[in-house]
Amino acid sequence: MDFNDTKEEADYRAKVRAWLDQNAERKKSSKDALPSLGLEEALERARKWQATKAEGGFACITWPKEYGGQGGSSIHNVIYSQEESNYLVPGGFYAIGLGMCVPTVLAWGTEEHKERYVAPAIHGDEIWCQLFSEPAGGSDVAGLRTKAEKDGDEWVINGQKVWTSGAHYCDYGIVVVRTDPNVPKHKGLTMFIIDMKSEGVDVRPIKQMSGESEFNEVFFTNVRVPDSNRLGNPGDGWKVALTTLMNERLAVGGGGGADWEELMSLGRESELEQMAAMSNGAVRERVADWYVQTQGLKYTRFRTLTALSKGQTPGPESSISKVVSAAKMQDLGSFAMDLQGQAGIIRDREVSPQGAIFQNQWMGGAGYRIAGGTDEILRNIVAERVLGLPQDIRVDKDKPYNELPK
Amino acid sequence: MNFDFSDDQKLLKESVKKMLSDKCDLGRVRKVLDGDEPFAKDVWDALVELGVTGTAIPEEYGGLGLGALELCVVAEELGRAAAPVPFSSSVYLATEALLVAGTEEQKQAWLPKLASGEAIGTFAMAEGFTAASPRTVEVAFNADKLNGTKVAVPDGDIADVAVVLANTGGSGDKALSLVIVDLKASGVTIETVKTIDPTRSHANITFKDAPAELMGTEGEGWASTSAVFDSAAVLMAFEQIGGAEAAMWMARDYALERYAFGRLIGSYQAIKHKIADMYVKLELARSNCYFGAMMLNDKGAELPEAAAAARISATEAYRYAAQENIQVHGGIGYTWEADTQFYFRRSKLLALALGSALEWKDKLVARLETRNAA
Repeated sequence: MDFNDTKEEADYRAKVRAWLDQNAERKKSSKDALPSLGLEEALERARKWQATKAEGGFACITWPKEYGGQGGSSIHNVIYSQEESNYLVPGGFYAIGLGMCVPTVLAWGTEEHKERYVAPAIHGDEIWCQLFSEPAGGSDVAGLRTKAEKDGDEWVINGQKVWTSGAHYCDYGIVVVRTDPNVPKHKGLTMFIIDMKSEGVDVRPIKQMSGESEFNEVFFTNVRVPDSNRLGNPGDGWKVALTTLMNERLAVGGGGGADWEELMSLGRESELEQMAAMSNGAVRERVADWYVQTQGLKYTRFRTLTALSKGQTPGPESSISKVVSAAKMQDLGSFAMDLQGQAGIIRDREVSPQGAIFQNQWMGGAGYRIAGGTDEILRNIVAERVLGLPQDIRVDKDKPYNELPK
Repeated sequence: MNFDFSDDQKLLKESVKKMLSDKCDLGRVRKVLDGDEPFAKDVWDALVELGVTGTAIPEEYGGLGLGALELCVVAEELGRAAAPVPFSSSVYLATEALLVAGTEEQKQAWLPKLASGEAIGTFAMAEGFTAASPRTVEVAFNADKLNGTKVAVPDGDIADVAVVLANTGGSGDKALSLVIVDLKASGVTIETVKTIDPTRSHANITFKDAPAELMGTEGEGWASTSAVFDSAAVLMAFEQIGGAEAAMWMARDYALERYAFGRLIGSYQAIKHKIADMYVKLELARSNCYFGAMMLNDKGAELPEAAAAARISATEAYRYAAQENIQVHGGIGYTWEADTQFYFRRSKLLALALGSALEWKDKLVARLETRNAA
C-alpha cells in the first residue's frame, strides 16, 4: 500500500513536468494565481494556453488519436492535472466544453460531426456550453419545455434555458429540447448541436444571490437548426443527455476555498469567552470534524486513482464527494462567521478576515449544494445505483408529456 | 498509486470471512448474548487455528511476523460478524503494549502464548465514570505490588494477563507507568460487570498486593499508552467499518422487503437518503482507515493524526448506521428477537473502548496545532 507511481506513470509524470517547465511558470506557493483580467483578455490568455497544450500533446489526453486526442488513459489525465496545478496557467473557459459537451459529440455524433468539431475544440479555437436546465426543469431535467418543431430539413427551437455557464462567449452548445409532446417525457426529447451565434439566440446574464454573474439565461426565438446538427435519433435526447450528465458529476469537483486550516487560523486570531477561540471545545470539535472529512475525501480520491492506475473501473465511492464537500463548504463558512462576532456580517474583501473568504463561502455554498445535482438528487443516485434501492414512484413516467400537470 | 490492500491480504480477508460466516453468524452471537459463556470459544479457537492471533508478532516470538495490513483486514471481518471474541483486547492492546514497552523477558514470557492463543491478554485503564488520565489514575504500583481497582476491563474475566496503567508517583504525565500482571496470581479479584453489550465480556478487577512487573521505563506509561492506542485505534476502526457496513446492508435489505402504504419503504426518500447517508459516512471512514493502515504499517510520522481521523470517522459511521438501522426497521427492530441490537450495542462499546470521540477530537486538534506551529 503506497502512493507511488508505477514505472510507466513516473515516466509520464517526468515527461509532463519537463514540458510544463518549458512552457509555464511554476507557482511559488499553492496560493499563487495569475492576475485577473477582463473577459476578452482572459479568454485570449486561456485560448493561447489551450493551443499550447494541444501542440505539446497534453490537451484532451484520453480522447482517441484519430480525432486529435492523445489516446491516453485516465491516469495519464490525472497525472497531467496534478502536475499542471503546480503551475500558473489559466483555466475555466474550456472545462465544460471539453469535460462534457465534446465528449457527448464523440459518443453520439456522426463522422461528419467529429471531423468538424473535435479538433477545433482541442486547439481552443471553439468554446462550448451546455444547455439543459430550464426554469421548469432543474432536478427533473426531462420535464423541460423548450420545443423544436420540424420544418423541412430544419428544426425551429422556441423556449428558454437557464444556468448556462459561458453562453455569452461560447461558439457552440449542445441543447436538449422536446420534439414530441405526445409521448412520456423521457421519450420525446432530442439533442442538437447549436451555433450560439444563430439568429434568435438571446443570452442574458443571471445575477446570483451572491451578487456575481457566472451563469446565463438563454432565450430561443424561432432559432433554426439544420437536421444534420442532431445528436442521436429524434427521441434519444435523454439517453444522450445522460452521457453528458455522467461527465458533469465527474467535472463538478471539490469545492475548494476555506477548509479546516483557514478555520484554525481564524480561531487563533479570534476571541471567544475571553479566550482564544481555538481553546474553545466547540471550535476544536468542528475543526476536527472538518479535518476528518477533508482527509476522508482526499483518500477516497486516492482509492479512485488506484483503480484507474490498475486499469479498473473506479468503485462507486467517488459519488460521495460533492454531497460532503458542498455541505462542508456552507457549514464551515457559516461557523467561521460565528467566530467573527457581530462584525461577521461584513462581507468586504478589504476588511473581512482572510479576504471575506468565509462570507463568500457561506453565500456560495448555497449555490454549490444545488449545482450539478442537488444534495437530494445525489443521495437518490447513491441509494439507487450503489445500494440498489427502488426509484420513487413516478406519476409522470408513463403519461404523455402534454397530459402532465404543469 | 497503489492505495489498496494486496491480493494476498484480500485472500486472507476472504478466508477469515468464510470461517466467520460458517462459525459465527448472528445466531452464534445471540447464543453468547442469551447464555452464560463469556465469549465464543469455538470461534476463538478457529481464529487461533488460522494463525491470526500471531499475525503481527515477530517470528522470534512465535508469530507470523506480518505487517499491520494483515491485521486490518482481519479486524474488518471480525467487526462485520460482531464476533464475540477477545481479539481486540489480546491482539491490538496487550500484544501491542508488550511490543511497545515490554522488556525482552516479558516479551519472551508472553508473546508466544498470545500468538498461539494459549493465553489471552487485556489492557486495564479505567477506574471510574470519567476519562482516564494522569489526574485520575490511582491504582498504585509500588515495590512490585499492585493495589486498587480497575473497572470495565475488556475481557477481564477471560484474560490470563493484563497490562495495567498504574500510578508510580511521579508528577504530571510522568505519574503513570505500565505494569504487567498475571491475572491468575494471588491478590487478584475479578468480577464480571453488566454492560451495554454482553456479547463482549467486561470485568472489574481489584488488586490487593498483587505481584506485578514494571514494563519499560517508569513514568513513561502515559506516552506508551498513547502509542498503543494509536495503533489500536486504526485496527478497531476497521472493526467499526466492518460493523457499519453490515448494519447498512441489513437496513437496505429490510427496505427492500418491507411494504408500508402500499409501497416498499426503500422507495421513500426519507428512508433512501438515510441509507445513502450511511454509505457516505462509511466511505469517508473507509478512506481514513486505509490511510491509518498505511501509516501504521509504515510506522509513518502522521500516524497519530491518521489514527484519530480513522477512529473519529469510523465511530461516527458505525453510530449512525447501527442506530438508524433500528429506525429503518421500526418496531420490530426494537425487539429482543431482532438482530439490529448486535450492531447497536457493539457500535457504542467500540465508540468508548479507547476513549470517546470527544477525547480523540481534542487530541487530534492539539496535534494539528503543534504541526501548524512547527
